[in-house]
Formats: sequence, structure tokens, C-alpha cells
Amino acid sequence: MADLHNKSVAQLAAMLKHKEVSAVEVATRFLARIGGNPHTAFLDVNSEVTLAQARASDEKIAAGTAGPLEGVPIAHKDIFVTKDFATTAGSKILKNYRSPFDATVVARLRDAGMVTLGKLNCDEFAMGSANENSAYGAVTNPWDTTRIPGGSSGGSAAAVAARLTPAATGTDTGGSIRQPAAFCGITGIKPTYGRASRYGMVAFASSLDQAGPMARSAEDCALLLSAMCGPDLDRDSTSLNVAKEDFSRTLTQPLQGLRVGIPNEFFGQGLADDVRSAIDTALKQLQAQGAKLVPIALPRTELSIPVYYIIAPAEASSNLSRFDGVKFGHRAKDFADLASMYEKTRSEAFGEEAKRRIMIGAYVLSHGYYDAYYLQAQKIRRMIADDFQQAFDQCDMIAGPVAPTTAWKLGDKSDDPLANYLADIFTLPASLAGLPGMSLPVGFGESGMPVGMQLIGNYLQETKLLNVAHQYQLHTDHHLKTPGGVA
Amino acid sequence: MNSPLVHGYEVVIGFETHAQLSTKSKIFSRASTAFGAEPNTQACAVDLALPGTLPVMNKGAVERAIELGLALGSHIAERSVFARKNYFYPDLPKGYQISQFEIPVVQGGAVSFFLGDEKKTVRLVRAHLEEDAGKSLHEDFIGQSGIDLNRAGTPLLEIVTEPDMRSSEEAVAYAKELHKIVTWIGICDGNMQEGSFRCDANVSVRKPGAPLGTRREIKNLNSFKFMQQAIDYEVRWQIEQIEDGRAIQQATVLFNPDTGETRAMRTKEDAADYRYFPDPDLPPLVISREWVERVRSEMAELPRVMAERFVTQYGLPEYDASTLTQSKAMAAYFEETVKACRQAKLASNWIMGELSRRMNADGLGIEHLPVKAAQLGALIQRIADDTISNNAAKQVFDALWNDNGEVDAIIEAKGLKQMNDTGALEAIIDEVLAANPKNVEEFKAGNAKALNGLVGPIMKASKGKANPAQVNALLLKKLG
Repeated sequence: MADLHNKSVAQLAAMLKHKEVSAVEVATRFLARIGGNPHTAFLDVNSEVTLAQARASDEKIAAGTAGPLEGVPIAHKDIFVTKDFATTAGSKILKNYRSPFDATVVARLRDAGMVTLGKLNCDEFAMGSANENSAYGAVTNPWDTTRIPGGSSGGSAAAVAARLTPAATGTDTGGSIRQPAAFCGITGIKPTYGRASRYGMVAFASSLDQAGPMARSAEDCALLLSAMCGPDLDRDSTSLNVAKEDFSRTLTQPLQGLRVGIPNEFFGQGLADDVRSAIDTALKQLQAQGAKLVPIALPRTELSIPVYYIIAPAEASSNLSRFDGVKFGHRAKDFADLASMYEKTRSEAFGEEAKRRIMIGAYVLSHGYYDAYYLQAQKIRRMIADDFQQAFDQCDMIAGPVAPTTAWKLGDKSDDPLANYLADIFTLPASLAGLPGMSLPVGFGESGMPVGMQLIGNYLQETKLLNVAHQYQLHTDHHLKTPGGVA
Repeated sequence: MNSPLVHGYEVVIGFETHAQLSTKSKIFSRASTAFGAEPNTQACAVDLALPGTLPVMNKGAVERAIELGLALGSHIAERSVFARKNYFYPDLPKGYQISQFEIPVVQGGAVSFFLGDEKKTVRLVRAHLEEDAGKSLHEDFIGQSGIDLNRAGTPLLEIVTEPDMRSSEEAVAYAKELHKIVTWIGICDGNMQEGSFRCDANVSVRKPGAPLGTRREIKNLNSFKFMQQAIDYEVRWQIEQIEDGRAIQQATVLFNPDTGETRAMRTKEDAADYRYFPDPDLPPLVISREWVERVRSEMAELPRVMAERFVTQYGLPEYDASTLTQSKAMAAYFEETVKACRQAKLASNWIMGELSRRMNADGLGIEHLPVKAAQLGALIQRIADDTISNNAAKQVFDALWNDNGEVDAIIEAKGLKQMNDTGALEAIIDEVLAANPKNVEEFKAGNAKALNGLVGPIMKASKGKANPAQVNALLLKKLG
């Protein structure tokens, strides 16, 4: 089966179920493709573990006890802790770290029958928009290897785009699923904050971090999301007490009468022409399928950048305190006393961006600055959430660009953190509000790089986003395009 | 009332007490809180702060905080917030302690107690929930420190008072009363040696009427004795400093029981900035009225409520009621004794008298007495129904205490039964009267004391079995 690696999650699940292919065959194919670690997408693979899981899946299929996604491979962003693979979070400070337990998301996908291919590269502690902040090397974009894949789930996006895995998990704190999905021409969804358990996710910014699936189509994302989500109240206090859902159940609904809100602020001066034109075309397509475009306002869109870059570093500075060389992870070799052990350990093993955010976070939380920065940011955060609620009075969902441009060249912004931060402008508002957001490919820009369209829904309205994306994908083929260099 | 002055200075004391809550598992994890296990055997992934772990609130800890609030008449916050207190230390696995900062769960309230005859009330500022840190072990490792994280994540309630106390005696009385309350309602085992009840005292001095002086905080006072010594030393030290013209620097100090002195660990200048902020891993703690009422309905009767009941239900004097409610076990012993004899005042007298004397002499706790409440009740019943005299009862009590046995059997075996046969007694009385004509005459002449000279020989002749009240009555009748 020459094109096995081009099959979708849904197709593979059906083929495995009908024993047209074995889980071992599927796993072997993908392990072979991962072999030379193209795009530096993977950080850890272990073919023994993977094949053992695949054999177990084949036995379950034979015994008739298969899970819904039995035998379908997946790879996990290295932010999720795993028993069977190392977990580094892209950081030197966790080099070779092995967790004694699996993240809830990982365990649930295993329960659904999925076979783990390995761990995927990402920005250190998920801090970045280009995947250039990984301690284990930058990931390249399969559409143009001189370009970045986006971040922080850059390894996940590149691996799916390069057909190294049919699906991957990602995490999204300020756009880390949506932006790399857009830059690599795949589909990804960040559910409502609290839908997927954060237990076993190495924390970056606790009030924003959210796991989600990345695959080639909305249909696949719906299947994966159904397996991932559900309450985890005994392990994660921010987990929503909302019953498990079948996110595929409304995929086939027509778009007739759907009101799509178009925020004026997402189409201003900073938006590149090629992205604007691809989004315009996609919106016209939605109109052609029966949707109605409604102009809306999200007046505090610009403020989401300073608000996010206060709150996220504040939480990160505290979350990263546990990496102190005492209990696990890297410890400096030579030190004079406790203070120098801390200092050397953390100086040696944290990357520049992690250090920058620790410094910013410690600063905005410090005595005398807390009110002016952290508290003020929290107030504006609530206003941003309120703005969305007003918008949802007029529309069923919101559409716009994921990022102002397509993927840039490696190194282009790596010396300019501010430029990186500004590029997050369209993904930050939904993150701050805790709303579900997704990215789907809607065409290509001037440089031949993919353009992603963002859909933002109200709380718990993931089915609506997936429905719209799926209906769009039924009428278009952007999501089926393969990068030139990928066979 | 005036505060007692020390060399013309008024002493001002406030307390911060860390009460370890009596939950089986930790405040944010499912690991056990049991004391004394091998190092690091009771620390789970959450306690070790392994990547990906998250805190989940132990409802039992919240309920214990609610109980304390109800016991002290505090406001139970409908919504309180957990915050992170950020600092680096090897026995603090996350690099921050989860505590409550701006909005604590228990707000206000008061602790009332007697200092001698005077009723004192110390107002509470707040009580908040937080997790304990682990322990650093510096002794056993040459050039290195060991870290034991068994204690990490143990639930604590930090109880903070206003600076309402004016002497070391009052401070100790407050601490004892608080200790009584937390152990009474069962939210803390009160074991001070194991660190389950640790007090920090904020001490300052001032001239009467002057604004509050600069305080120094004495940390980790883990016995009532050291508490008083430490405060007394600190007060003297502060007064000396001021008298010598030196200003007091705000500082944290430790008391050394060996030298009896306090010494500064750190001053305000090196105070850390803890960068408190609401913990994003824990939503605000919401406590509904229904929850509070359920806890209230399941709570044990409070000591002061029980004391009031002892006065109304048993007709006890307030002093008795307050003494008998010093501990739950004592109060239970009393009520069980009364149940067996229906003689509340006699029971109270015996418990506060003979029983307490023997308890102290043998160094026994009320839970481990050789004489059970039912036995004491049976004994008291025999006093009340005139079977034995009070003196004989003491012999029976001794026998019960030393050799156990059954009350009636002991009375029988020792031949302690009172002579209640009027005929036999009258015969003895007549004999004694005939033998002591002088006393009879003196009594008739108006010397009431002469009667005593007759009672003695009668009791002797009856071998101590005569009922003294009956002897008196018969004598008066015969001489009247």
C-alpha cells in the first residue's frame, strides 16, 4: 500500500478495523519515514515500544475489543509527559527526563487504541512562535525547509505535514496549535480552556495552556478531540465538569443561515496582502455554502499582546521555579553553595526565551509593580472576554486570519522577540478568553506557503467550528495538498 | 482594665499559629500525612512537583477550616483564593508554597479564656489554608543536605490574631485555649513535639498610650513553657535596647531553649519579595451556605456551649462547668459518671477532687484511668443512698484504682457498709451517753462542741460503720 502514509486518521481507523492493514504495518511505515528525522520534528522515538503497542492493537482488533482509533499512530508534543519516552519540553533542563506517569491526554488516546510513534520537537516550554527556541534544534517547514514551521507546536505541525504521522497532539497557550497548523497547511483545534486535562502537560502558563489535536482534516481533529477530552476532576482542578462528547456528530450539517462574525480589527494594516486575499476567498466560499458574514468589533485586540505578555510570563516564572536542580533534571556540576547551585543550574540549562520570560514574569509580579502590571492585565483580560460575548450576540462564530503573514525564513525574527510577539496578535484574544479556536488551510501565499484561516467559537462550541471546517473541506482541497518535497 | 507593665513598658503580643490539620491525605495530593515514616516514602508525584502534576483541593482540609471558623465565631468566606508564595528552597519542591493571601477562608472571630478570674478575648484577623514544606536534614550528610519531602503538602491552617495580648501569661493562656479548641473539635492532633501545633509570637513593647512599637517575630515555639520563657526574654531584651537608646529593628528571631535567649535570624532588609499571585491551577474556593450548615450540624458540641449546658442541665456552678470542659475526654467522663449515679454535683466533686488528685499523682491521662466512669458512678450511688460514708468511699476508690473490682463487692469484702439499723445504733448511743455524763451535761448547758466528744466514741464503738448524719440526728433527739 504505497500511499498508506497519506491516509487520514478516519481512513486508517476504518482500514485497521476491517483488517485491510495491520497496526504493525502502519506503525512500521511511519517509523521508516521518521527514520532520518526529517525537519528535526522528533525528539524521541523508540520503535520497540511503538511496535509492541501496535502488536497489542492487532491483538485487540483480532479479539474484537478494539478502541475507536485502534492501531492508528499518533505522536505527542514533548510538552506531554510519557512513561515510555523521554520528556524534555524542548529544554536542556529536562534532558533525558523520564516521567513515572502518562499525561491524561496521552493515556486517553492510548485508551482509544492509538499507537505512539514518539515525541515531537517544540519551543522550549512551549515558548515561541517559530520553533527556534528548542534546545534540540530548530524544526523546518516541510513546504520550504528554509522557513520556520511556526511554534510552539512546530514539530507536531511539520510531522503531520511531512506525513511522518497522521496525527499529533499540540498545546496552545497563545496560538501554539493554530499558528503552526496554519504555517504548515494542516488543521488544528484548541478546545475551550478546561476541556482537555492539563494533567501531565509541562506547565507554561496554567490559565492559558490547553491541549488539542493537529491532523490534516477537521474530520480527523473531531475524532481525536472526542478521544482526548472529558473531565479529569481528580487530577486537574481547572478541568471542566462537562461530559465526554462526540465532536463528529454535527460535521455533516449544512452551513445554511450560519452567521460568521468578521472582526474589523483582524483585517487592519498589519495583515499581509497574500493572507488577506486567501482569507477573503475562503470567506466567499463559506458564503457560497450558505453562511452570512456579519461585521463585528473586537476593540481590544491590540491590547491582547501586552496583556498576554504579562500574564503568561508571570505564570511561567512561577511554574518554572521547580526546575532548580534539586529533584530532577539538570544540575550544574561545580557550585560553591546553594545559591550558586540554583544560579548555575538555571543559567546553564534554560534557553534565552525562557530566561527572558522568567525575568519579565518575576518583574510584573514583584512588590510595587503587581498592581500596575499583573492586576491591570487581568482586568483587561476580562474585558477581552466580555468583548467576545458581545460579539457572539450577533454571530454564531468568528472567522479571520491566524497570523498576519505566512511562515517566515529561519533566523528572520530570532533576534527580535518583539517581532515574534506581535505576530501572535490574532491568536491571543481567544486564548485570553479561554474560547475554542481552530486553524484550517485555505490556500497559499505569494511565497507558496500555506495560509490558515482561524475560526473562533463560543465556549464549548467546538462542534460548530469542526462542522464549518469540515463543510469547507468538503468543497475545497487545500487540506489535501502535500508539500513539494514530501513523497 | 490596665495592662500589667514591665519596667513601665506595655507588652504587645500577636500570634500566628500553624495548626496541622488532621486529614489522612495531603492538602493537594492523595499521599498520606502520617508522621514518622521513612524519608520520602510519603511523597507522591504531586508532592515532588514532578512536571505535569497539578494540585487538587482536599475537601477535608476545607471542612476543618470551616469548623474552626464556626468554633471561633468567624466569617467563613463564600469565596477565597489560593495564592502562590514564590521562593527557592530545596525542601519547597515547586519553588512556591500554595497559601492564601488576599482572601483567606476564615475571617475575623475571637478566642475567649480566663486568665485567673479575668475573662480575656483575643480577636482573630484570619485563618488561612496552606501547604507545609518538606524538611532539610543537615546532620546526617557530611557536606551535603538531605531533603525529606514526607511533610511537603501537609495541610496547615495558619491562625493569625490581632496584637491583643499584653503579657506572656496571657499569650500562653491564649495558646492553650486555642490548642484546646483545635483538639476538641478534632481538626488538629495538637502534638506540639511533632510540630502539629506551632506558634510564632510577634512581640513589641511601648510606653502606655504610645503607638505600637517595632515588633520582632519569635518563630516556631513548640512548647508552652518555651513560649513563656521566650516572650519574657524578648520583652526584657527589647526594653534594655530601648533604655540604652537603641531602636528595635524588625526581625525574625529564634528561641534557644538551652541558653534561654532569642537571636535574630534575619532582619527586614533581607526579607524576600514573595511575588504572591492567585494560583492559576486552583479556581477560587467556593463554600456554599449549605456546606457550612452541613459541617455545623456534624460538629461536636463546643466547650463553651457544653459548659453552659452543664450549668443549666446539671445545676453545676460555672467554675465546675468550666473545669470539667477543659477537655472533651474529661467532659465525657463526667457525663458518663452522672449517667450512672444521677448525682451531678457529687460526680463533679469527685472528678475535680479525688480523681484529679490521683490522676496527677500517677501522671495518667483521663483516657487511661483504671477507674471507669461507670465504676465511679456506682461508687457515688452508694454514697448517695447512704450505703457507705464518704470516708469509706475513699477506701473503695483506692481499691478500684489499685486492684479494680466491683464497687458492691469491695464494700462487702471490706465491711464498709454503714450501720443503718436504728435499734443497734441507739443501743450504742445509750451506752456512750451513760459512759460520758460530763459531755452530756456540758451540751445541755449550751456548749454545742461537747457533742463532738460524743460522736467520736459512738463512731469508734460502731467500728466506723455508723452513718454520721444518723448519729447526729439520734443524739440531738436523745439530748433534746
